[in-house]
Amino acid sequence: MNSYLLDTIKGKFPGEVLDTHAFRGDETVVIKKEALLKAAAFLRDELGFDFLMDLTAADYLPREPRYELVCHFYSSRHNYRLRLKCPVEGTDPKVASLTSLWAGANWFEREVYDMFGLMFEGHPDLRRILMYDGFEGHPLRKDYPLKKRQPRLAHRD
Amino acid sequence: MTDKKPEPQKNWNLESLEDGRMVLNMGPSHPAMHGIVRVLLTVQGERVAASDVEIGYLHRGFEKTCENVTYNQCVPYTDRLNYVSPFINNVGFALAVEKLMGIETPARCQYIRVIMSELSRLTDHLTCIGANAMELSAFTVYFYLINAREALYKLTDSAAGGRITPAYTRVGGLTRDLPPDFKKNAAETLKIVRRNLADAGALLTRNRIFYDRLHNTGHISKEDAIALSFTGPALRSTGVPLDVRKATPYLVYDRFDFDIPVGSNGDNYDRYLVRMEEMQQSIRIVEQALAQLPDGPVNHPDFGVSLPPKKEVYENIEALMAHFKLTFEGVKPPKGEVYQAVEGGNGEVGFYLVSDGTGKPWRLRVRPPCFSLTGGLSQMIQGGYIADIVSTFGQINMIGGELER
Amino acid sequence: MGLETVFGHSYLTTRLDEAVNWGRKYSFFQYPFVTACCGMEFMSVWASTYDIARFGAEYPRFSPRQADVLFVVGTVNEKLAPVLKRVYDQMCEPKWVVSFGVCATSGGFYDNYATVQGIDKIIPVDIYIPGCPPRPEAILDALVKLQEKVARESVLDRKYK
Repeated sequence: MNSYLLDTIKGKFPGEVLDTHAFRGDETVVIKKEALLKAAAFLRDELGFDFLMDLTAADYLPREPRYELVCHFYSSRHNYRLRLKCPVEGTDPKVASLTSLWAGANWFEREVYDMFGLMFEGHPDLRRILMYDGFEGHPLRKDYPLKKRQPRLAHRD
Repeated sequence: MTDKKPEPQKNWNLESLEDGRMVLNMGPSHPAMHGIVRVLLTVQGERVAASDVEIGYLHRGFEKTCENVTYNQCVPYTDRLNYVSPFINNVGFALAVEKLMGIETPARCQYIRVIMSELSRLTDHLTCIGANAMELSAFTVYFYLINAREALYKLTDSAAGGRITPAYTRVGGLTRDLPPDFKKNAAETLKIVRRNLADAGALLTRNRIFYDRLHNTGHISKEDAIALSFTGPALRSTGVPLDVRKATPYLVYDRFDFDIPVGSNGDNYDRYLVRMEEMQQSIRIVEQALAQLPDGPVNHPDFGVSLPPKKEVYENIEALMAHFKLTFEGVKPPKGEVYQAVEGGNGEVGFYLVSDGTGKPWRLRVRPPCFSLTGGLSQMIQGGYIADIVSTFGQINMIGGELER
Repeated sequence: MGLETVFGHSYLTTRLDEAVNWGRKYSFFQYPFVTACCGMEFMSVWASTYDIARFGAEYPRFSPRQADVLFVVGTVNEKLAPVLKRVYDQMCEPKWVVSFGVCATSGGFYDNYATVQGIDKIIPVDIYIPGCPPRPEAILDALVKLQEKVARESVLDRKYK
């Protein structure tokens, strides 16, 4: 495929882009996690992707690297969307936080931490958001059983 | 009340509570917090110095559950995301799966999906403004708007068989076609909605008390709104004309003539005005769509996607097998991942779907618009009065099912 | 030839239970513990079309200490369960609980790590309303059922601690 956008990113980060594809028209860049912050800043400042529409993760359990951090960017100027993914190892689930670039990443990253247990380095306030304090494990991991319940805790005042 | 927004005092922090500051808990069981959000406020007098918004009281494992059921079984769960505008979620999910499979539904189906989405947008905005007005003591408006909503529920009930949780779409189509007298009933319903909207607008828009409670409260700038990933009426109230229906038209939205209302000030009053005008535009879209509504089938002709008609199942072995396989194993999209955005009541509802080639989604992520909005709540109420939290929280239209899934 | 003929129009004789229950059942002060989708139908019941005021139960008290009936409307998850328990404990006797919709009744189709499988695991329930969400008619029916239940009670049944 020859997309101007994908070629630009590939040209800018030649050693760090692992893969690009455009399945069903969704242009996707897979990048090493060390370059995530750099690439996101490039997207925002140089290419005009001003919205961080979504930030989430996925767990591909038997595979290693196990997790994938998935960001969806949107450029209101060019009316264009881009997906940026970076693989994260299960043994070292740490990745750079995007909160320095988008304030909205704060809650998205807290949710990914809560659900998947990815640690965001540089996040100002990384704690659980949907589950309660004292909940053990991360429910959206594939090895967390769907119906595993935990003892109920008293309400925190 | 003055028109000037008070300067937020940045040098306050939670650790030192001198100077008469105190910590005040709001929620989760608080009428203005809609039951499920907790805000820990540090207040100085009547002003909010700092706040910590805590959510998660309605997390019910939507994403995990959907990984364990077939694609069509996910549809009832999507109803309960934004339960004020269920059709939009149905449509968004169906579009995501269809994009993954690379198929397109018949024209009549697309028109019906547009009609239902816009009726849902009406119920969403009616509920938002009605509840907000009630919280600000304008109880009559609540009755007018809920009356309009009731008429809409009756209409959608006749088509989909459910008032609030219709589960109307299936991958590749709909559960059923519209009833024969739908056009006539829709015209009458829209008449009721128009009248009730006019009544409510007359009571609210130039009402001194309502204006004072909303104007210049919950203010947010354009830059902050973009940085916080705001979408929908909250973003448009700051003057950014971003609407998924116009920017990247899905279904047949490019065939209709409608406007995107924008505000200029980014406060609660602008959000209220944007919502009021959006309802008029939604009515316009529904009327155009009803006028253009083509005849034909509503389901994709491929039996590998949508259920064959009952007559075929009884008489044709191929159809019987397709019916069996589709019911037990579900549709099987190819391996891959897609992101499909639709314009929900609160902004961009995005479905990120990863398929591993089986009948169940590997990962289904919903981008909930009010997650970002509630994330920005702390910033919007900073420096304002405690009483303004009610109007701000009402105007960001937090919907628990969507916020926490 | 009862007491009425002796006392004229100045007295009405009845059983204490019936007098008290008559007052209670037509003047429910409800506490709506609204969490999820069912709240939309609850709003409909309040509004003019279905009009819960006809049954004397239209007035919500948002303080549990002033309420008689706790309506648990919608899904209760593990994080919210302690809050619900506390709200129930804060209510004064006599108190009744209505479990509104299948999520509150049994967890509904949310059977996973996050949701409580029915509020009766936490607090006692008097009336269950099925439906996801229940239609307004079902809610009014439940209210009438609750009134019948209240009418059968005795003021001595409950221990006033």
